[in-house]
Amino acid sequence: MAITSRGFSGRRSATDVKLPPGQYLTTDFPVLSAGPTPHVPLDRWEFTIDDGANVLRRWNWKSFRDLPTDTITADLHCVTRWSKLGTSWEGVSLDTMLADVKTDASYALVRSYGGYTTNLPLKDLINKQAWIAFRFDGRDLEPEHGGPARLLVPHLYLWKSAKWAQGVTLMQHDKPGFWESLGYHIYGDPWREQRYSGE
Amino acid sequence: MWRVGTVVALNDETETARTLKLEILEWPGHVAGQHVDVRLTASDGYSAVRSYSIASAPNSKGRVEITVERLPNGEVSPYLTQNVAIGDRLELRGPIGGWFVWRAEQNEPIQLIAGGSGIVPLRAMIRSRISAGGTAPFRLLYSVREPGAVFYRDEVQALSNKDNAVTVTYAYTRATPKDWPRPPGRIDAALITSATWSSNLGPTSYVCGPTSFVERVAGFLASLGNSPGKIRTERFGPTGDRK
Repeated sequence: MAITSRGFSGRRSATDVKLPPGQYLTTDFPVLSAGPTPHVPLDRWEFTIDDGANVLRRWNWKSFRDLPTDTITADLHCVTRWSKLGTSWEGVSLDTMLADVKTDASYALVRSYGGYTTNLPLKDLINKQAWIAFRFDGRDLEPEHGGPARLLVPHLYLWKSAKWAQGVTLMQHDKPGFWESLGYHIYGDPWREQRYSGE
Repeated sequence: MWRVGTVVALNDETETARTLKLEILEWPGHVAGQHVDVRLTASDGYSAVRSYSIASAPNSKGRVEITVERLPNGEVSPYLTQNVAIGDRLELRGPIGGWFVWRAEQNEPIQLIAGGSGIVPLRAMIRSRISAGGTAPFRLLYSVREPGAVFYRDEVQALSNKDNAVTVTYAYTRATPKDWPRPPGRIDAALITSATWSSNLGPTSYVCGPTSFVERVAGFLASLGNSPGKIRTERFGPTGDRK
């Protein structure tokens, strides 16, 4: 039973857009990170897929950019409550990157330059739900937004879309990543408002 | 879980920022640097939630202070800074966040760097250190637009006057006090070098402020040899009420 805030009317959005519960619309693109922005030169960038023991696939920037790309239009929902709709990206789908990988893993830990990690079920990375994105709004992705390349997995809260992506570790069992170890939800579905652990 | 907090005191920090002291039923306690979600609900059931950094030290009394900067087109901050009265009840959830925190058992040198209202969680850390009787050496570098924009003015002033438990350096970006030695300007590498702990002392740094400020300062700290893992940041964008 909510307490009514005397004299508060709020600022409803004029449009009919449907947002996940507890979100509000923004048109700018706030930056959230736990530490300094890593600057990764393209000639030293690489992306690997491993199973925790062995590297299964490896790309440098050139071989990564030789992969077929998708243009993606996505709504972003940040756990800090802003949502940004209709953003446009270019990236390589995880379907493409995992195509030749044989695995019976059920989970993935996405690793970033700078040490950030985030976990998600492997099934959330496939079927055109997730990309390694390198272009935003027609321009190379800026470092503060995760460039050279970041995970884009827009059906989950944005902390799952790890910036400065460096690789994916396939796992049999789920293992919490950075924010998931610090009180945030293990899965993070904005439509079910899974912000914090225990919800 | 939403809890009820009663406003027990209000204090204007600047022309646009107000501190709300709340007494919260069954508050589980917090760590300096954490934040709370505040929910406002209109009479027709519409609600809006924003996060605010906690400004006060952990205590056993269920008291929590938040300081809210009024944003020109804000939805929640104008209400909290202008409409709320003592005795009003607000809904809160938290505490939230486990990375941008300082715990009393940390004894390494601590470097706090605030831009504008980014001082709020850092003030909780300073108060926490004082109330815990800690010995960790603290430094605060506090960047504000002008002298009138300083939050917690007397309290911060007292820190730098007292026993040097916390060394405070101000940086003014637009206008300085009279006869201030440094002309107005953004924090630069020279100021970071002179006003912060040397990286070889292994400090942990907490940087909070607007995105561009945090990007810049965290970049300086990293280039001066501080390990990225020891530079903790909290950013608030043009939109974010908190980060």
